[in-house]
Amino acid sequence: MPGIRSMKLVIAIIKPFKLDEVRDALTAIGVHGMTITEVKGYGRQKGHTEIYRGAEYAVNFLPKIRVEVAVPKDRVSKVVDAIVGAAKTGQIGDGKIFVTAIESAVRIRTGETDANAL
Amino acid sequence: MKKLASPRPAAFTLAALAALVATPAFAQAQAPKIDPADTAWMIVASALVLMMTVPGLALFYAGMVRKKNILGTMAQSLAAVLIVSLLWAIIGYSLAFTGDGRWIGSLDRALLMGMGMDSVSALAKTIPESLFMFFQATFAIITVALVAGSVADRMKFSAFLWFCILWILFVYVPIAHWVWGGGWLSTMGLLDFAGGTVVHINAGIAGIVAALVLGARRGYPHENLSPHDLSLAVIGTALLWVGWFGFNGGSALGSGSRATMAILVTHLAACSGALAWMFAEWATRGKPSVLGVISGVIAGLGTITPASGFVLPWHAVVIGLLAGLICFWACTKLKQRLGYDDSLDVFGIHGVGGTLGTLLTGVFAVGALSATAETPGGSPGLIEGNAAQVYTQLIGVGATIVWSGVVTWILLKVIGAFVGLRVSDEAERMGLDITQHGEAVQ
Repeated sequence: MPGIRSMKLVIAIIKPFKLDEVRDALTAIGVHGMTITEVKGYGRQKGHTEIYRGAEYAVNFLPKIRVEVAVPKDRVSKVVDAIVGAAKTGQIGDGKIFVTAIESAVRIRTGETDANAL
Repeated sequence: MKKLASPRPAAFTLAALAALVATPAFAQAQAPKIDPADTAWMIVASALVLMMTVPGLALFYAGMVRKKNILGTMAQSLAAVLIVSLLWAIIGYSLAFTGDGRWIGSLDRALLMGMGMDSVSALAKTIPESLFMFFQATFAIITVALVAGSVADRMKFSAFLWFCILWILFVYVPIAHWVWGGGWLSTMGLLDFAGGTVVHINAGIAGIVAALVLGARRGYPHENLSPHDLSLAVIGTALLWVGWFGFNGGSALGSGSRATMAILVTHLAACSGALAWMFAEWATRGKPSVLGVISGVIAGLGTITPASGFVLPWHAVVIGLLAGLICFWACTKLKQRLGYDDSLDVFGIHGVGGTLGTLLTGVFAVGALSATAETPGGSPGLIEGNAAQVYTQLIGVGATIVWSGVVTWILLKVIGAFVGLRVSDEAERMGLDITQHGEAVQ
């Protein structure tokens, strides 16, 4: 199992308007692929209040972008630094980054596996 | 042109208006004659009022519900057009606008029998009867379509179809006859130019009764039931707004100065109503919401409706301001205190606005605007020293509230017993679009 611990998945939850900056920062350090998802969630930012005529609603789940990047283990810290540098505003609600191990990877078109597939 | 330099321009304006309004009446006294200008305007007005329901009200309501109920909400407006139009031709028009019964009209025009190319109604002597009938049909349509807003997100489509039929026959038709068809309220002298009682109080009261009989939406008031797309509601409001020029202007039943004055006061009341609501909300809740602005537009429009052919521009501005403030209070404070789930505030806007407007008509009515050859003094209100008019208006408001409230309740109980009123809990969770119509907006 050569894949174990040789590849990492970096999952970043960021503010939606920071997506382009994050993408540019990752491209600049040689990351040429990523997957993004529109997600909703909350942390310390909590949410906001919306008022419709007499009805007041607390909206807890705010829109965020979830970016997933699979990278060789030795590049993880550079990728994380790039995302932090690009996504940071200093305001509450900037998001979080999680790093997790990838067991194996396959490029569907060629059948290449693991690090060759990234 | 010399008269423009008159030292009393206001008096001149009123006298001129009276003369203009009186002119067709002299013509009518001789022989009913179809007037091309009146006919042309009333064709346009009828089209404008139909546009208020589809797409106006359909968009206004659909934008305020949740995404899973958009099509179900639009389907109710469409169904009102289809069903009420045919029902109106079958018997509704005849019962509301023919005969001289105190309580109900006659069967003279059942199935439109006897309505030929040159028929003219005694109630609109300068346009073809087919046009008068069609114009009135569009009023019946929007009134029942308005009611649907109170029970948004939870009424069975089949139950709503039954409601359209029965409610038009047993609630709308009698009240329209009382007020406009020569029934007891019109004999008594009630002033309701375009439907403060017949349309707005009627829909508002039926709405709150329906909201109480059906019960609140699942999750009300704790879950987030926020509107899914208020931009649709803004477009709907704009269509209603323009359509209202046909609604109030068309209620002059002809072209001319009374129609144009009605349109002007309608527009001014919409603007002052919206500003009043916007600033009231800004002051008390911190932000001027777009939903608040469009709600104020509708409040101003609904409230000026009964007064629109009887008041002058500055009266309209005052009526609009009061409409914005009082309807804002009704929708934000009164509703919370009473705890009912009138989902899209049909009562808070149309019921409260219609009541306010009908009473204020008795206050601000200017006799010259409604003067005719037979009644040269017209119908003055409190500001011209006729305090009794306010009392007549109160009777009209009370009668509409009682009849609409009681009969709507009975009809809903009957429909509930036979077909059921409300979708199942599961269907409500999934939404009306998929469960009632088998389709969805993605």
